[in-house]
Amino acid sequence: VTGSTGARVPEAAPSVPKAATRTGTGPIRQPSRQLLAVVGVLALVGVVALFPLVITNGTATNIGVVTLIFVAVVSAWNLFSGYSGYLSLGQAVFYGTGAYFLVVAAKDWNLTGSAVFWLIPLGGVAAAVIAVPLGLVALRVRRHTFVVITIAFFFIAQLSASNLGVTGGSSGMLVPAPGNWDPATYNNPFYYLAMIMAAATVALSWQVRRSRFGLQLRAIRDDEDRAAGLGVRAMPVKLTALVLSAFITGMAGALWVYFIGEAFPQFVFDPLFDLAVVLMAFFGGLGTVAGPVLGALILAPAQLYLNLVQSNGYSSEILFGALFLVVILFLPRGVVPTASEYVIKGRARWQRGRGDAA
Amino acid sequence: MGSEIAHAIAAGVLGGGVYALMAAGLTLIFGVLDIINVAQGILVVLGAYLSYVLSVHLHLDLLVGLLITVPAMFVIGVAIYWLFIRPLRGAERTSMTLLACFAVALIIEGILYRAFGSNYVSLSAWYTTSSVHMFGFYLADIYLIGFGLAVVAIAALYFILYRTTFGRAVRATMQNQAAARLIGIDVNRVAAITFGIATAVTAIGGMVFGAISGGFTPNSGYDLISRLLAIVILAGMGSIGGALVAAVFMTTAEALVDIWQPSWSVAVFYLAMVIILTVRPAGLFGRRAVRAQ
Repeated sequence: VTGSTGARVPEAAPSVPKAATRTGTGPIRQPSRQLLAVVGVLALVGVVALFPLVITNGTATNIGVVTLIFVAVVSAWNLFSGYSGYLSLGQAVFYGTGAYFLVVAAKDWNLTGSAVFWLIPLGGVAAAVIAVPLGLVALRVRRHTFVVITIAFFFIAQLSASNLGVTGGSSGMLVPAPGNWDPATYNNPFYYLAMIMAAATVALSWQVRRSRFGLQLRAIRDDEDRAAGLGVRAMPVKLTALVLSAFITGMAGALWVYFIGEAFPQFVFDPLFDLAVVLMAFFGGLGTVAGPVLGALILAPAQLYLNLVQSNGYSSEILFGALFLVVILFLPRGVVPTASEYVIKGRARWQRGRGDAA
Repeated sequence: MGSEIAHAIAAGVLGGGVYALMAAGLTLIFGVLDIINVAQGILVVLGAYLSYVLSVHLHLDLLVGLLITVPAMFVIGVAIYWLFIRPLRGAERTSMTLLACFAVALIIEGILYRAFGSNYVSLSAWYTTSSVHMFGFYLADIYLIGFGLAVVAIAALYFILYRTTFGRAVRATMQNQAAARLIGIDVNRVAAITFGIATAVTAIGGMVFGAISGGFTPNSGYDLISRLLAIVILAGMGSIGGALVAAVFMTTAEALVDIWQPSWSVAVFYLAMVIILTVRPAGLFGRRAVRAQ
C-alpha cells in the first residue's frame, strides 16, 4: 500500500482486521440468514394458508382471494416489466383475455360447477397466444413508445369487448356459480387456488431472477444495445418473458372472473387495474422478488377496503392517486430496496462500531 | 351518400385541427421534457368543465370564458410540473414521470367526479346550434370556430417557438438539455413554462371538444388521451407539424368509417397506429429513435 492511497482513504488501514473478522463470522452468518429467510417464507405461507380457517368472515376471505390474485398478477407483471425495464400499462389485456375466455368457453361448452376450473389454465394459454403478436409489434419500440403502445392495446381490447358479439357487448355476461356449494366455505376453493397460483408465480419469479434468462432480462433493462452486443438475443428473451407473464395473468383473470361471477367490459378491462398493478410493484420495489408480493399484500386489501367503506368510488380514486404520488416522490425505489438499504447501512455502522471496539 | 361523405370529410378535417392542438401540447412536452403527459386527456376534460362552470354559473360566453380558462390552465400546468415532475430525477425518471402524470390524472378525475358526478354535460352557445349550409350539407358553426381557434393557437405556438428568445431556449432544450444548461438557459424555467403552455392549450381544446362532442363526463379523459397518444405516436413524437397531419388524417378516417360502422370507428385510430409502427417504429415524421437510456 502506497502512502498516497493510504492518505486518500483513511479508513483503509483498519479494514484489514475488519475483513478478517467478517470472514470469520461469514460461515456462521450466511446459513443463519438463509434459515431466517426460509422460516420467514414458511411463516408467511402458513399464515396465508390458515387465514380462511381462522377468519371465516365472508368479506375478509373475499378480500383475501382478490389480494392473492393480485400477488400473482403483480409478480407476473414484475417478471416481465420489472426485470426487463419494459414498462407495460396493458397487463389488463391478458387479464381480460383469460377472463373472457373462461366466461365464453363455459357458456359455449355448457360447463358448470367444478368443471369450469379446468378452463383456468386454458385462459392462461389464450392470453399467452394473444401476447405473441402483441409482443412482436410492441417490443420493436422502446421506452415511452412501448408504454404508449401497451396503453393503445388496452383500449383496443376494451373496445373489442364492448363491441364484439361473442363477449355479450356492454351488457356483460354471467358465469353460472358453482351451485351446490356451502355458502359458509364458498370462498375457500377460490382462496386456495389463488394461493397456489400466487406461490407458484413467486417461486417462478425467484427462479427466473437467479437464472441465466433473468440475467439476460436485466442486461436488457440496463442497456439493450450493449446486451445485444454481448450476445443476448433480445427479442426472443423479451418475448418469452412477456408470454410467460401473460400466461400467469390470463390464469389469474380467469380465476377472478369465475370468482366474481360476471364479466362487463369496463370492469374486465379496467385502466385502474393496470395502474394498481404498477403501483403495487413500484411500492414494493421494482425488479425484486419480494417487492411485488409485499406491495400486493399491503395495497390490494387497502384498496378493496377503501372501495367497500366509501360510498362512492371516487374518493378512493383520489386517495389512490395521492398515494401513488407519495410513493413516486418519496420512495421512488420502493419499500424493499429502500428498507434493505437501511439494513445494510445499519449493519455497516454496527460492524464499524464493533471493529472500533476490537 | 355523397353529402354524407362530404360532411364526414369536412367534420373530420375541422375536428382534426382541434385534436392537433391538444396533441401539439403533448408532443411539445415530450420534446422538451422527454415526458409523456398522460394527464393531457383529463386536462382537456378539466378545461371543458371550467368552461362549463363559467357558462352555466356566470353566464359567460364560451369564447369570452377562454380569457379566464386559458390562464387558469397555464397556472395548473406550471403547478403540476413544479410539484410533481421537477423533483423526479435519476435513471428511472422516464417511467416515474409517466406514472406521476397518471396519478395526477387519477386525482383530477376523482375530483371532477366528486364535483360534477357522472352525468353527461355539454357546452352550448348560439354558435353550437346554428349551422352553415355548404356543398349540400349542414355543418355546425362551432366546427369552423373551433378550427379557427386551433389554427390561431398553433400559429401562436409556432411564433413562440421560432420567433422569440424563449422559443429559441425551448428548441435548444429540445435538442440537448445539458448543452442548453451550459450556455446559461434555465432549463427548469423553460420546462415549467412549456408545461404551462401545453396545458393552456387544453383550455381551448376542452372548450371546443365539450361543444362538438355532444356530451362529456370525467371518464372522457381516457378516450381523449388514447386518441391523442395515437396521433402523437403516428406522427412521431416531438413533431408538431406531424401531429397536425396525423390528427387530420385520423379524425377524417374515423368520421368516414363512422358512416358505416359507428361502433368500430375509434378502432381506426389504433389500427393505423399499429400498422405504421410495424413499418416505421419512429412514426411518420419522427426523428431518429432515441437510444434506450
